[in-house]
Amino acid sequence: MKIKELNEILNFELLTTCPDSEIVTAYTSDLLSDVMGNAPDDSVLITIQAHKNTIAVASLAGINAVILCNNRKAPEDMLPAAEKEEIAVLSTGLNQFDTSIAVGRALELCK
Amino acid sequence: MRKLIPIYENQTPLVVLELIQGHKIKEIMSENIITIGRDMTMRDVKILMKEKSISGVPVMDKKRLIGIISVEDLLNALEDGLMDDPVEKHMSRNLVILEEQMPVSFAIDYFENYSFNRFPVLNERKELVGIITSRDIIIHMVAVMNQEIRRLENLAKQGAHTEIGDIVRRYAVVQNDFKNAGKASSEIKTILIKHLVDRKTIRSIATAVYELEINQVVHSLGGEILCRISDKNVEILARDRGPGIEDIELALSEGYSTATDWIRSMGFGAGMGLPNIQRVSDEFHIQSSKTGTEIRVIINLPDDNKIETS
Repeated sequence: MKIKELNEILNFELLTTCPDSEIVTAYTSDLLSDVMGNAPDDSVLITIQAHKNTIAVASLAGINAVILCNNRKAPEDMLPAAEKEEIAVLSTGLNQFDTSIAVGRALELCK
Repeated sequence: MRKLIPIYENQTPLVVLELIQGHKIKEIMSENIITIGRDMTMRDVKILMKEKSISGVPVMDKKRLIGIISVEDLLNALEDGLMDDPVEKHMSRNLVILEEQMPVSFAIDYFENYSFNRFPVLNERKELVGIITSRDIIIHMVAVMNQEIRRLENLAKQGAHTEIGDIVRRYAVVQNDFKNAGKASSEIKTILIKHLVDRKTIRSIATAVYELEINQVVHSLGGEILCRISDKNVEILARDRGPGIEDIELALSEGYSTATDWIRSMGFGAGMGLPNIQRVSDEFHIQSSKTGTEIRVIINLPDDNKIETS
């Protein structure tokens, strides 16, 4: 599913331009080494780690979008880095668990 | 356009760029400067310059720099028989100045762009603190280049073996510099994509480089990452300046970490760095003492996408 279609269902706040990349699955974690080691390709990362290093890890791990939970604010340098790496950044007031359920449903990975 | 001094942003070896950008003008300029007042005669300046064997001298109005007299100005005055004139009549007033905090690369650019043989150097308060000539640059930069090349030669002897055609990159890592963490891995990834290495192998290599970078940012006093990409494999050498790993076996076990709370709050220090690196490596060597940790990792490229590096 394209990021754009996914967010039409989720209706989260989109903080960057929306790249035309595909989202197949999701990974929920706040530990960057865990993301680096285990997140699947073409996934969306669900996290509260709102900083530039999250983008570096996402880019290296083949993650196409990052959802910042609990209304965490993206610092100034995070969004330009995301634009450069063509990674979408979205923001929501939901916590990581509720976001995971919402994304799972949108991707039709769970009921 | 072809330059007189062959230093180019994207062609000059990184080591050289780092040397000329990493040293400041303050470190290489001459500080014991002889200055003169505006009223001194050209004749007296001639005697002074001959005595001190200098080729240019700043002219001051109290503490303010107002001009420079060079040998060329003296020759002109001599030719026109004006040696009893005060210097202010003959000095160059269009001054091009450097500041002491600028990198040496600025001075090199100035010598490239202007025909002057010396530049006055000012401090932040705009006071004259030194003068820089091409002689200063040669003396100082040859010294630091000797040092750097000796270090690289030793490195080569210690087994960082490179073949002609290999792609070699070096990255300096600064303690607690989270802003630049990921720079090495991101650039290596870009190189590998260009050479059509498969996604899975790229991910392994990027993971190893990234975790090695982060380890140095978080745990070391600073260090460097060296990457050598050959047609068979990628070798990564990460070495830092200490303080060393107390218990390597413990550090290699998943979940063990010595990171502080604020580092953990950023999502680092999960105790997965070294295990992640080990998992993706075909070869993994680690040694550590108080003076530094060195980790050498080799990741093989699959047969079907061996790359043409030459």
